[in-house]
Amino acid sequence: MEQSFLDYYSLEPVTRWIHDTLCGVMPEGWAVFLEGLVLGVVILLAYAVLAVVLIYMERRVCGAFQCRIGPNRVGGKGGLLQVPADVLKILTKEIIRLKNSDHLLYELAPYLVILASVISFSCLPWHKGAGVLDMEVGILFVLAASSIGILGILLAGWSSNSKYTIIGAVRSGAMLVSYELSLGITVLTVVILSGTMSISGIVESQADGWNIFKGHIITLVAFVIYLISGNAEANRGPFDLAEAEQELTAGYHTEYSGMHFGFFYLAEYLNLFITSGIAATLFLGGWMPLHVAGLDGFNAVMDYIPGIVWFLGKTFFVVFLLMWIRWTYPRLRIDQVLNLEWKYLMPLSLLLMLIMVVLKVYGLVF
Amino acid sequence: MEEITLQQVIFGIVALMMMVCSVLAVTSGKILRAATALLFVLFGTSVFYFILGYTYLGAVQLSVYAGGIVVLYVFSILLTRSDKNMNERIPRGRWFAALATTVAGFVLVAFLLLGHGFADTVIPALEELNPGTVGEALIGTGKYQFVLPFEGVSVLLLACMIGAIMIARKH
Repeated sequence: MEQSFLDYYSLEPVTRWIHDTLCGVMPEGWAVFLEGLVLGVVILLAYAVLAVVLIYMERRVCGAFQCRIGPNRVGGKGGLLQVPADVLKILTKEIIRLKNSDHLLYELAPYLVILASVISFSCLPWHKGAGVLDMEVGILFVLAASSIGILGILLAGWSSNSKYTIIGAVRSGAMLVSYELSLGITVLTVVILSGTMSISGIVESQADGWNIFKGHIITLVAFVIYLISGNAEANRGPFDLAEAEQELTAGYHTEYSGMHFGFFYLAEYLNLFITSGIAATLFLGGWMPLHVAGLDGFNAVMDYIPGIVWFLGKTFFVVFLLMWIRWTYPRLRIDQVLNLEWKYLMPLSLLLMLIMVVLKVYGLVF
Repeated sequence: MEEITLQQVIFGIVALMMMVCSVLAVTSGKILRAATALLFVLFGTSVFYFILGYTYLGAVQLSVYAGGIVVLYVFSILLTRSDKNMNERIPRGRWFAALATTVAGFVLVAFLLLGHGFADTVIPALEELNPGTVGEALIGTGKYQFVLPFEGVSVLLLACMIGAIMIARKH
């Protein structure tokens, strides 16, 4: 297949030019440090902006599914300034300190959650040559980094020193630990198909067709399992145990206020984005354009759309799917949540991985 | 004097963090704080692996120790009663035993370090080890390949899982 289009929009010459220029005026260590600093600021900015976009989208989508309008007053007709106003409001709220709680762990917990989320966020393949953290073990690193968040949730629940938070934390923790299994196994299925763990490698292996089309029905089922367990990992409905007000008040973040609660809220929306971004990378080709074999003119037009548009388009498509699920299904009880994982999803994903190994060994995939 | 590289600076910061957290992990009176300090020590270890270019080992360190073992610790602490402070008075005999163990450990490590010396290039350039190489070394049967220990550990893990199921089933 023609690969030259891949280099058309590549950012690699630009980043290399910036690096070389900086190295010309200062030692390499300082140049790398400066680049890292700038990238860190850019990542945090993108993180915050995407959170605002996602919250607005959630409120509109939720409104549409519940046959109402959603935010429409602040900032003109679409209610576009509603979320920025909410951001300002939450920034000015008081952060309360609890008596008789472990202050150190209480204040550390939201940062652990947001740390896990930001690290996995920086692994997303935005564009050709624009992956920030791109390693040989990329996807394994994402799984490893996202598992730090569980600790933040457990610590938050324990250090708030309340029965509701501790039960909420143990439930959410048990759910996250369980769903990590089927998530990891479906990711492994794709790694077997692509033959690499590197995120850019997985995207490039899909130049001749997205994984969801390449793996017969197997990757399609794996995609569905990934979406279910990814939804659980992001703590969102129908797995939003933290929101089960009747039994747990607000779960592990009951006792948090102001921006500390804001961090949990932010991490939830960005974990939704990360789950969707990784789904788009693993199954829908990341920044790869859509190609249909035989339609050369169509393919050429598709190539002129930049990679970041493809990536964001696919990611927001998956985000929409997950929101659709959230506002359609009722919440599961904790025993139903654990039954679903251990009795159905995990055995099924193990079976899928086994079939994928057989297909790959005998060369039966496309 | 040689120029200090960025990697050495990072190494220094992370090593300092690990030392402080290691001390906190054993001196803290609250068991959950000790577990959190241990978590940061394990983070630091994985940063060292990343500096060395052993990204596979670093990611495994993160997911197995930070995401697995410490989560297990915290879970078992949450499920048991643990709100009492553990800073008890230590009997004199045990205090001396602890001191002797510490000194012996320090002497052993110092002996090993001084006996072998540091390598000339302490931190190599950021070269990533291919995970495929790691995988082949783990399941190969040739020289410097480790299929026997790998299988031994797998059988041990299987035995642990069966044991856990047996214990849980008794009730």
